[in-house]
Amino acid sequence: MTSSLIVYLIAIPLFSSAILLLAGRKANKWGHLLGTLASASSFGVGAYLFTQMLAQPVEERAMTQKLFTWINVGSFNVDASLLLDQLSICFVLLITGVGTLIHIYSISYMSHDLDRRRFFAYLNLFIAAMLLLVLGDSYLNLYVGWEGVGLASYLLIGFWNQKPTYATAAKKAFVMNRVGDLGLSLAIMIAFASMGTVSFAGIEEAAPKTSTTTLTAIGIMLLIAAAGKSAQFPLQAWLGDAMAGPTPVSALIHAATMVTAGVYLITRSNFIFDAAPTAQLLVVIVGAITLLFGAVIGTAKDDIKKALAASTMSQIGYMTLAAGLGPVGYAFAIMHLLTHGFFKAGMFLGAGSVMHGMNDEVNMRKYGALRKFMPITFITFGLGYLAIIGVPPFAGFYSKDMIIETALNAGGIKGILLGSAALFGAGLTAFYMTRVMILTFTGTKRWDDDAHPHESPILMWLPMAILAIGSVVSGFLFTRGDALVHWLEPVVAAHEHGEHSELLPPIVVSGIALTIVLIGISIAVMMYVRRPVENVAPENVSALTKIVRQDLLQDAANEAIFMRPGQALTKTLIAVDEKVIDGAVHGVGAMAIGSGAGLRKTQTGYVRSYSALILVGAAAIVLGIWVITQ
Amino acid sequence: MNSANYLYLSALLFTIGAVGVVIRRNAIVVFMCIELMLNAANLSFVTFSRMNGNLEGQVVAFFTMVVAACEVVVGLAIIVTIYRSRRSASVDDANLLKR
Repeated sequence: MTSSLIVYLIAIPLFSSAILLLAGRKANKWGHLLGTLASASSFGVGAYLFTQMLAQPVEERAMTQKLFTWINVGSFNVDASLLLDQLSICFVLLITGVGTLIHIYSISYMSHDLDRRRFFAYLNLFIAAMLLLVLGDSYLNLYVGWEGVGLASYLLIGFWNQKPTYATAAKKAFVMNRVGDLGLSLAIMIAFASMGTVSFAGIEEAAPKTSTTTLTAIGIMLLIAAAGKSAQFPLQAWLGDAMAGPTPVSALIHAATMVTAGVYLITRSNFIFDAAPTAQLLVVIVGAITLLFGAVIGTAKDDIKKALAASTMSQIGYMTLAAGLGPVGYAFAIMHLLTHGFFKAGMFLGAGSVMHGMNDEVNMRKYGALRKFMPITFITFGLGYLAIIGVPPFAGFYSKDMIIETALNAGGIKGILLGSAALFGAGLTAFYMTRVMILTFTGTKRWDDDAHPHESPILMWLPMAILAIGSVVSGFLFTRGDALVHWLEPVVAAHEHGEHSELLPPIVVSGIALTIVLIGISIAVMMYVRRPVENVAPENVSALTKIVRQDLLQDAANEAIFMRPGQALTKTLIAVDEKVIDGAVHGVGAMAIGSGAGLRKTQTGYVRSYSALILVGAAAIVLGIWVITQ
Repeated sequence: MNSANYLYLSALLFTIGAVGVVIRRNAIVVFMCIELMLNAANLSFVTFSRMNGNLEGQVVAFFTMVVAACEVVVGLAIIVTIYRSRRSASVDDANLLKR
């Protein structure tokens, strides 16, 4: 089926972004309204297309729209076409839906910022790029969106670039993302070299005829790309610093949508990963490491946004883990992605609301007892909290439980390891999220004297409330009759029942998970409710805590492994360039100058010396000829 | 008479001319020394022509005379001009080419 409406999803926010950027200060008065309207219209188009899809029989639901022929060289044809199928519609609704809510929130949150119009222009640019990413029908189209979201992310992290540290954070995110982008471009090149096509449909068709080695290479490159964009190990270090951006940005880009692009990429490339077990194994390993890594970092963060960022990293680790488990896991990865989109965006907005009332203070040790002053924020944040730690019947319970179960049933020692990692991660999640709740909303006041906490205006709490409702009901809706799993089946291949023997019955897994979550909560309660919380981080802590506070030395490791050797290499190359290459060039010049200076001495200006030289020269030639001919 | 003697004479005249060009300062004398070298060469040409029994050397001698006549015209003109501007016919005074 074709549809001419798909392009409007992207065109509306893109056009609005262009207007806002080009109109300049004239648009200051209505810029935020236009931006919000653009995002909302895009959501409207998305919702209409969704109803159209529902009206079609299952096999005809995917819609395409060819925009123009982009590249046509010999046998290499790439059309700029859009593909809206069961997988991309999930993303379209998430991006435009959560995006619109965050636009509404930002109207109020950014109302004191002189550059609010520019902020909305970038937000719209992001929405357009992200939609292009999920709607492209080939890796090349996806790549354009992929770079577009990278640009928007860079612009928004560094939105307050008058602070040098924020500008540096933006650069760090951009540079680390470039490493991942390199993986994606290499994957595209390998795919084109070996299969002669870069479209999803073309590669899906060609994959069975391609050697496993090639597919593994493509898979690993795609994994690097996903790791860069989704802040997965080993390219995870940028996400914490990305919290320098305004809080709505953290909620939209660095929690709900952009950072999940890696999971989308892996799920979209299911035909490659299913045929490349080694790459798939690497995906689960990366996912498992990251889910623990992020959770451990989250336990020691005092900055509320960084704690949530660590949690995002960890939750995306869960999604990557699920996506790496193959056909049984893709749907659960997407399900967790969607529920996470609700509850994490909601919690970030809640954090923004708290900061709004506390003079932009982010240190949780200076919060405390905010429950009474911000009841709505407390309730919405609390619902998100219950969802993320996986308390039934909130959304996170369904999606996370499914991932843990699937991981445990992956078979053999692999299943046990992955399952335990996921379970342990759930315990850590419960611990650090409970810590965030306790430090922020309960206990004693630890504010600075000039703080006057107050509830946020309706434009801010309304999006939070809607997202909170989403975090309560979405999990239940997605799992009712396996709705989402069946919905995604045409894209990610059927879920094969009974392929693996179940290690433990689902109810037992849920029981174990809940027990571990309860243990996590209890430890947090013992540490932060029973004992008084200081308003500065205690110094006399164990070495392990100190390491965790430094993000498990991720920056130090990057510095030691990549930055310093890189700098040394650069210095060596500079030295080689200056001494050897420049030396040779300068040497040739100096030789010409020197020999010229020597020869100039013979230029006396006296006719007699010239004639004498001619005479000697002629005599020498005659003598030479005489010697040779003798 | 031995033809080689003409060649010795030619060599002697050429040497006198060459030494004169190198060591004398007066432009007129240098000029006369150049004429002497040219004529020494002419003598060689004529001698070789006679030794080899053909006329080519004598023809070349005529060419040399023509070139010498032209050279005298140009050269004398330069010398007279230099003398007018510098009040000297010394070749060492005309050393501005150095700069």
